[in-house]
Amino acid sequence: MVQVTSPAFKQNAARALADAGLQKALGKAKGAFLQRRAEAVARLPEFEQLRDIGRDIKNHTLANLDFYLETYAANVEGAGGTVHWCSTAEDARAAVLEICRKAGARTVTKGKSMISEEIGINDHLEAHGITPVETDLGEYIIQLRREHPSHIIAPAFHLNREDWEADFRRMHTDLDPNRVFNERRDILTEARTRLRDRFLAADVGITGANFLIAETGSSVIVTNEGNGDLTQTLPRVHIALASIEKVVPTLEDATSLLRLLARSATGQDFSVYTTFSTGGRRPGDLDGPEEYHVVLIDNGRSNMIGSEFQDMLRCIRCAACMNHCPVYGATGGHAYGWVYPGPMGSVLTPSLVGIDKAAQLPNASTFCGKCESVCPVKIPLPNLMRHWREREFERHLTPGAMRRGLGLWAWFAKRPQAYRIATRAAIGALGLLGRGKGAFRSLPLAGGWTAGRDLPVPEGGTFMARYAQQQRKR
Amino acid sequence: MSKDAILGAVRRGLKRGPLPADQRAMLEGRLATHPRHLIPARSRVPRPEQIALFIRNVEKEFGTVARVADADAIPGAIADYLAQQNLEPRFVLAPHPDLAALPWANRPLLRFEARRAAPSDAVSVQHGFAAIAETGTLMLPSDATRPTTLNLLAETEIVVLRSSRIVGAYEEAWDILRRERSDPVTSGFMPRNVMLVTGPSRSADIEQTLELGAHGPRRLHIVLVEDDPAETPGVGPSHDPAAAKSDAPVAPPAEGDRAATAKPARPRRAKGRTDSTTPPGA
Repeated sequence: MVQVTSPAFKQNAARALADAGLQKALGKAKGAFLQRRAEAVARLPEFEQLRDIGRDIKNHTLANLDFYLETYAANVEGAGGTVHWCSTAEDARAAVLEICRKAGARTVTKGKSMISEEIGINDHLEAHGITPVETDLGEYIIQLRREHPSHIIAPAFHLNREDWEADFRRMHTDLDPNRVFNERRDILTEARTRLRDRFLAADVGITGANFLIAETGSSVIVTNEGNGDLTQTLPRVHIALASIEKVVPTLEDATSLLRLLARSATGQDFSVYTTFSTGGRRPGDLDGPEEYHVVLIDNGRSNMIGSEFQDMLRCIRCAACMNHCPVYGATGGHAYGWVYPGPMGSVLTPSLVGIDKAAQLPNASTFCGKCESVCPVKIPLPNLMRHWREREFERHLTPGAMRRGLGLWAWFAKRPQAYRIATRAAIGALGLLGRGKGAFRSLPLAGGWTAGRDLPVPEGGTFMARYAQQQRKR
Repeated sequence: MSKDAILGAVRRGLKRGPLPADQRAMLEGRLATHPRHLIPARSRVPRPEQIALFIRNVEKEFGTVARVADADAIPGAIADYLAQQNLEPRFVLAPHPDLAALPWANRPLLRFEARRAAPSDAVSVQHGFAAIAETGTLMLPSDATRPTTLNLLAETEIVVLRSSRIVGAYEEAWDILRRERSDPVTSGFMPRNVMLVTGPSRSADIEQTLELGAHGPRRLHIVLVEDDPAETPGVGPSHDPAAAKSDAPVAPPAEGDRAATAKPARPRRAKGRTDSTTPPGA
């Protein structure tokens, strides 16, 4: 499993802000997603209605999740596939390894899948002598660098073109070291050529799933490159990894959600390849895998059902929330310290790894509300982060200084007379101290504020005093 | 067992046991009727406009379209396209009876084999099952006559599509699949694989900048055979706004119909002509 470094969010973020390469990459990428999404939404006048529909489909499914999971599994089996129910990441790793061993697999190609990061399948396979090969372009370079994705749909969001060129020269040592990459396309072509042989040699192909369809027992992947399709078509065995909340009732339900997904994610009207897989090769088929397995993973999600975090299970992993998040835009994804970054990660990570390890994440938000306003299934992300902050406080995970500060503020807030006297005194004192200065560059006890910006010197009386004055004038 | 553990945990969260029979029946009814949700208005237009919308969207997504008057013109259109692209006149062909029946002998320089695709194939010619105007998307279900590898391995994919198989929305394409296909394993309608393909392969993983030609085809070319009576001036019902009210939308011909026996040649329509404003089924 990916090591959790979320407790060090502040240090991670400070490092990210000082990383010139990362800041360059973030600066370049930031605007692109936003503009393309806005244009795609503008082209579809029904987009807002579709968001309500998407939310309702997911809510209906979650309210009947047991029924839809059983129906889905029965239909996979009816189509000749096998469903492996896995409560934990460990169960899922064991199930994948067993399928690979039975298939006599030496290399495994992989389509992009966040759940595969969550269960840490690559390390597990490698430890058991099986070579996993990431085939999504972004995932491929991440694997070369032995990193983890920094974004759920654009894993190499944090890299610049120069990084790609340097890594390809470093890793593809059989090619001319002095070759020239004139355009981005040359990088793409080199990866395409490299990976083609890996596709053909693989014994097993592992993909994720954007949706599971109960009606037909299908798993759906949505990609632009075609790597996911090569992964699930060429090897003798296809394994689809999916968490339990991916199921939807019918093709029509999936279709409505698909109208939201690509527009919210990349700003495309539809992704290039949206592929529905149902069982293995049929009699007469000339290609496709002979075996089809679904590894169906809970790993903490069933605990979210019936809790105040159930809404998070509507997530379709489009990444609109992180694309629009000012905090993500400043720090990038790695600072969040686990698999899922950005606002959706700040809600999901505490649910899956525990609030004790991830308490910083729900606090890494300005509560500007942009994430909720762009979420295609209307997840109230700021509200869910607020719930986590409450739990954090209840469980005494909040740092002592902050607890004492909040306690002090609460004491005054409950006593209006005392509050007015105290603020009048404080503002008067600050006004005297800063007379003629305009602003404080530093101030005892306010280092957290003045480290990043000046504190203006208060002018005139408190708000309440001015308000009373105004009222008297009338 | 994990299955029971997961379902049990889900039910505990939902604060109930297994669903009572009447509620199960209701959900089974929803699966059986698979109700549609909102269908965007953009594809609720008369046939000629639907076809024009499909072509516009394919081109927006960096695909290309050549329209031909009848099936006899397909080999010529393929030969011309390959010549224009400076490609060898050699391809792997989907082993579909419609394609086998085409007058290939008219273009003796074309070399092809009907089989699944191999890594060495530079060009594939696939059979288009249906297409969706809403986003310029092809529906390519797998079976013995339509191997999936043809959509993936070649650098150039050519898809032969009859214009009568273009529908407005995805839901209408699912309906065609439900109506026409019977799966040998499940006796349902879903084949092993259904690909919805919108333009050629691409990636934006390098600095979020779009580059065409990732792992799948670099070029996607559609040879569109005009076989829809509703789209030709003076022939089809939906061209007369009054008639469109009672008649459209036109049911597409069954999958078994052979393109080679499609309607006789007729003059090619002007692209994107929109002189009818009555929506189908209005």
